[in-house]
Amino acid sequence: MWRYCLLPLTAACLAAASPARAYTAYVSNEKGNTVSVIDTEKWAVTATIKVGQRPRGIEFTRDGKFVMVAVGDDDTIQMIDTKTQKVVDSLPSGPDPELFTQDAAGKILYVANENDNTVTIIDLEKRARLGDIQVGVEPEGMTISPDGKTLINTSETTNMAHFIDTSTRQVVANVLVDSRPRFAEFKHDGSELWVSSEIGGTVSIIDPVKHAITGKVTFSIPGLRSEAIQAVGIGITKDDKTAFVALGPANRIAVVDATTHAVTKYLLVGQRVWHMAFTPDEKYLLVTNGVSNDVSVIDVAAQKVIKTIQVGELPWGVTISP
Amino acid sequence: MIRGLIGAIGLSVMASHALAADPLEIGVGYLRHAGVKSTLSLAAQPAENDGVAGALLAIEDNNTTGKFLNQRFTLTDVRLKEGDDIVAAANKLADHDNYVILDLPADDVLKVADTLRDRGTVLFDVGSIDDRLREQDCRANVVHVAPTRSMLADALAQYLVWKQWKRWLLVVGSHDNDKLYADALRRAASRFGAKIVQERTFQDTGGARRTDSGVTLIQRQMPVFTQEAPAYDVLVAADESEVFAGYLPYRTWDPRPVVGSAGLVPTSWDASHDQWGAIQIQNRFLKLNSRHMTALDMQAWTAARIIGEAISRTNSADPKTVFNFIKGKDFSIAAFKGQRLTLRDWNLQLRQPILLADGRMVVSVSPQEGFLHQVSELDTLGVDRPETKCKLQ
Repeated sequence: MWRYCLLPLTAACLAAASPARAYTAYVSNEKGNTVSVIDTEKWAVTATIKVGQRPRGIEFTRDGKFVMVAVGDDDTIQMIDTKTQKVVDSLPSGPDPELFTQDAAGKILYVANENDNTVTIIDLEKRARLGDIQVGVEPEGMTISPDGKTLINTSETTNMAHFIDTSTRQVVANVLVDSRPRFAEFKHDGSELWVSSEIGGTVSIIDPVKHAITGKVTFSIPGLRSEAIQAVGIGITKDDKTAFVALGPANRIAVVDATTHAVTKYLLVGQRVWHMAFTPDEKYLLVTNGVSNDVSVIDVAAQKVIKTIQVGELPWGVTISP
Repeated sequence: MIRGLIGAIGLSVMASHALAADPLEIGVGYLRHAGVKSTLSLAAQPAENDGVAGALLAIEDNNTTGKFLNQRFTLTDVRLKEGDDIVAAANKLADHDNYVILDLPADDVLKVADTLRDRGTVLFDVGSIDDRLREQDCRANVVHVAPTRSMLADALAQYLVWKQWKRWLLVVGSHDNDKLYADALRRAASRFGAKIVQERTFQDTGGARRTDSGVTLIQRQMPVFTQEAPAYDVLVAADESEVFAGYLPYRTWDPRPVVGSAGLVPTSWDASHDQWGAIQIQNRFLKLNSRHMTALDMQAWTAARIIGEAISRTNSADPKTVFNFIKGKDFSIAAFKGQRLTLRDWNLQLRQPILLADGRMVVSVSPQEGFLHQVSELDTLGVDRPETKCKLQ
């Protein structure tokens, strides 16, 4: 099989060479009030699920049984049963939930509520609210350190990454970053926290121990005004060597050398690219293009866009079955 | 028991004091005239706290951030009554506030700017759209958050040209501000390739804005006033004085859309704007004030946020340090307009996209696609660097 693939790595060739496991991707469509289900073998939408109003943050439960989707205008997080592909339950988030993250065990969910400057803590099993943490204005990005000890929340108008001790649930440190921080992601070895700033157009690299910015990823695309380059979603490969950053209205994904923090390549995708998710085998990266209503599929090894899939209106977030 | 309790409280107060140093205290002043102007539409009548409500929301936002940085912001609202001495009021505010937001007409802005010139107070103009404050009458101690008349006119003109509505019937009010707006619209027409097919003046002959049977009369007056016009695509009304523009939509002799001071209006903010995270500030504002957020509220919010942003970045309350940061190349502010807003360094005017709203919806946002610029497309709106008459000093 490989013999026929000596020529440049085409999509067909790759697909033939490695009959990858089929996964299921769920894409939240912010304006459509739907979730599109994509089969990653056929690269086709197999179902469209009606959900509540303004679905944005979306994530699988650790056991793969449910997909949780924050429906901000309904002030709740809905649970989609992945077998029946229907909304079967909801979680008691605070007002206007947007992004959320869960602990490694999949027991506790932390939700950023844009409307009241809080992070809500939810017991996933009991579906009960455990408490709230006060953070900055317009909380958005959420992630947990690989050791599970630190929860990160970013607040858009306060322009900070808040470090929260998950055992005491207290804010222990705050790091100022560039304007409108949107998303936070740790390296898998926990050595760096990456925070994207939409309006600032940068990614801050933060030392999670010293709580200090140690570097910044900046972007420059010939022919584009700097205002049009807005960093949003971030994906870092498991080996911590390569990162992908969605650049919003710049309609591109930046490929970043995660060691030197230098951009090595820009991949043209759809309009207003927002969030992303890797397939678990890390062969593919799916990114949502809000304005063009589609999802681009990136071949991670080849660093090439190989496919575009039409989804619902204003695709925002994406999650892929474990 | 009681004694013990008191002791414990005393201890805890001391402990928290020992932990945190005294916060950085930042006083922000807000200077405006008392009373609100009367509008043609009752629905557009501004509230008593128009503007200052936006500043207060930003103070609250700054304090949420300040909680993590040990900074505390307070606002002092001064309303000048008829006959009050503006110079004395400005000096008094400057005694305790290094930053003062001005919702004042152009002449008063100049009076305050010149009074406080040597005191190091940083001033923020949120209430005057006069181009002259950014041109021949510019002052080095005033940041202009309000867009200029020419920015508003250009934003509207770009959309009309994009829409291919290039033949304008211009109707101008008889007051000075109306004439200034007409000047800006004429300039915009010639910049972007529209043609003013005819100009008419609507003379303000006085009269009440509120009457019990006004509609019947207006319905007869407006068609007559707009008849026998040469062929035109759109009626452009310049009526900042709120005398007639609101009466024009649906009443023109020819069935044509109305833009400018009524119909499709260029503005820095609208209650219906919900893009780019704006829904969040609209919700916060509504919760705090039980009313919608106006352009003046947004301009005041942005001014107070600029102060908060600069102080959080510099961690200094020294107005010189803070002002240098605001004027520096690293400064930008996020204000729910889809891109960062920066200052034009030649006249300290805030660059900003302009919304075009019809009172119910945001129809478009300028600059329009295709209007290009070598520095920032936002500089296709208003007077650009090569044309400026401003010499900051």
